[in-house]
Amino acid sequence: MATVSYERPEALLDVPFHYCPGCTHGITHRLIAECLDELQMTGQTIAVASVGCSVMAYDYFACDVVQAPHGRAPAVATGIRRARPDRFVFTYQGDGDLAAIGTAEIIHAATRGENITVFFINNAIYGMTGGQMAPTTLEGQVTQTTPWGRNPAEAGNPIKVCELLATLDGPAFIARVAVDHANQIHQVKATIKKALQCQLEERGFALVELLSTCPTNWKMSATEAMRWVHEQMRQQYPVGVFVDRLREDQNSGRGGSAGGRHLSGPSAPEAVGLTALPAGYTHKE
Amino acid sequence: MEERVLMKGNEALAEAAIRAGCRCYFGYPITPQTEIAAYMARHMPKAGGSFVQAESEVAAANMVLGAAATGTRAMTSSSSPGISLKSEALSYIAASDLPALIVNVMRAGPGLGGIQPSQGDYWQATRAAGHGDFHQLVLAPASVQEMADFAVLAFTLAFKWRMPAMILADGTLGQMMEPLYLPKRPDRTPADRTNQAAEPDWALTGTLNRRSHRIINSLVLNPAALEASVFERFARYRQVQAQEARWRYEGPEDPDVLVVCYGSVSRIYKQAIQAVNQEQGLRAGLFRPQTLWPFPAAELAAKAKHCKKILVPELSMGQFCDDVKLATAKLPKPVALACRAGGQVPTPAEALQRLKQTWACWLQDQEQEEVYYGDRQL
Repeated sequence: MATVSYERPEALLDVPFHYCPGCTHGITHRLIAECLDELQMTGQTIAVASVGCSVMAYDYFACDVVQAPHGRAPAVATGIRRARPDRFVFTYQGDGDLAAIGTAEIIHAATRGENITVFFINNAIYGMTGGQMAPTTLEGQVTQTTPWGRNPAEAGNPIKVCELLATLDGPAFIARVAVDHANQIHQVKATIKKALQCQLEERGFALVELLSTCPTNWKMSATEAMRWVHEQMRQQYPVGVFVDRLREDQNSGRGGSAGGRHLSGPSAPEAVGLTALPAGYTHKE
Repeated sequence: MEERVLMKGNEALAEAAIRAGCRCYFGYPITPQTEIAAYMARHMPKAGGSFVQAESEVAAANMVLGAAATGTRAMTSSSSPGISLKSEALSYIAASDLPALIVNVMRAGPGLGGIQPSQGDYWQATRAAGHGDFHQLVLAPASVQEMADFAVLAFTLAFKWRMPAMILADGTLGQMMEPLYLPKRPDRTPADRTNQAAEPDWALTGTLNRRSHRIINSLVLNPAALEASVFERFARYRQVQAQEARWRYEGPEDPDVLVVCYGSVSRIYKQAIQAVNQEQGLRAGLFRPQTLWPFPAAELAAKAKHCKKILVPELSMGQFCDDVKLATAKLPKPVALACRAGGQVPTPAEALQRLKQTWACWLQDQEQEEVYYGDRQL
């Protein structure tokens, strides 16, 4: 008798994605939805869609969704969370949205320790507008607005968001993962889950940066794009856990921090050893 | 029983907003409205609400957007330069059909300008609160009592019509103290916030796995669908214009000179009008819009029909006068404009002089439409 071993998570609606082939938004959406299902958060969650390719995330997630102006998702999320402390909020933001126009909003939401979860999609480019330089564009990377490659002398340097936010006292959890190979999936999912768990336990601000692909604007095939994340982006943006107050508190025997609540229920899956799994490419060029 | 107190305009507004059920205030310091934030910081937590001093006006207004999306009564306040920064969120709030209160305690501009009272943001409030085709309700108080009353009214109208409402005050109204009756304390408790029955059917409150998901969104890529949504919104705006215009008139039934002005400047001219009506020869009346959008155009036209001349004093350079001329275009009546800017406010003596001067002009030439820049007649 056939058994179902893989199906659409309930937190994801039965709507075809508009994303390009090889784009990792679909994978990330699915992993977030799986975690919402497993943590049984969907019905109490209000998501904030931001400006960029993922703006239409409001059509895909089964939870209530509000669409925020460019870069303002953390402010909108703050408003929701302050109005409804009994609900969960996550934002889904790209690198242009979060690290350029929304820099002030993300830094201050983080330093206030707002009890929200932020999924930060870093694909080193503005995807929706056709491939312009992003704050995270790598040195030398060719984009529509850096036609000869990003020259730091003129166009500045890439921003490392996790490292920047890790200097603040507000955040409870900050980690970077790479959606660049099937063997990363469990790691990525465990990290997403832990970031959501932070909010469940009222521990405060959590952010997961996901190194992601944009084959269309990178002008690469899907596999080339995955390889580029692995070989180029990981150099500039090393994966790892930058802040983990849950783990610190567990180790020090403290049960609570800014949230003031003791850890309860099953502990979050471990998001550790993020660099331990080298991606192996089995395809042929 | 109503509570009679002596309060600053800014604080009366803040207290009234809390009594009207406002449970989220997001702000950023700027003179001359900072008392609102300070009052909210102290009193909002006691009311079971949330106060956040935001990193910017931009963020504060977007926090209002988020809180409003949950069906919560939320507000922000600022003064002129800060309102420019809020215009982004204002456009999104309007496009998302969300109710919210934005308070502008106007100071003199443009640019950083000054901190003294002005009405220089009239066009911005009534014409261009943000990008795109939309309107916001604009209420113009002229006393500390109205600062409080309009805070209540603004929330009522914003929720009735699902659109942003702005209270357009100025530094004088924000800073001065007057006795007022505070609105009654509501029977609602903070616990009502989680009362499912009280939640509007559009609010994002979580599906609780009992209903399909709700989306609050302003992105409509299909031109036909976007046009349809704008048409629908403007059909609603026409209803607002038909039902919600508010104004006050004081003076004789058929005045020779109809003075049309709003806000703090109307108080100064009121004195001048009373003084002139005690003398012989000139009868003047005061028409004061309490709503600037919707503008009480039909009511003004009806009132202006039998006057001989219209005098429009304002603390700006003819912005408000545009609406007076539009409303009375079919009559038409000669209109004199008396401008002050930069935070300069006319004295009662100056107002009296302007009134007499305008009348003297009419006696000389019944077509003349003069403009006063302070004491200078153009």
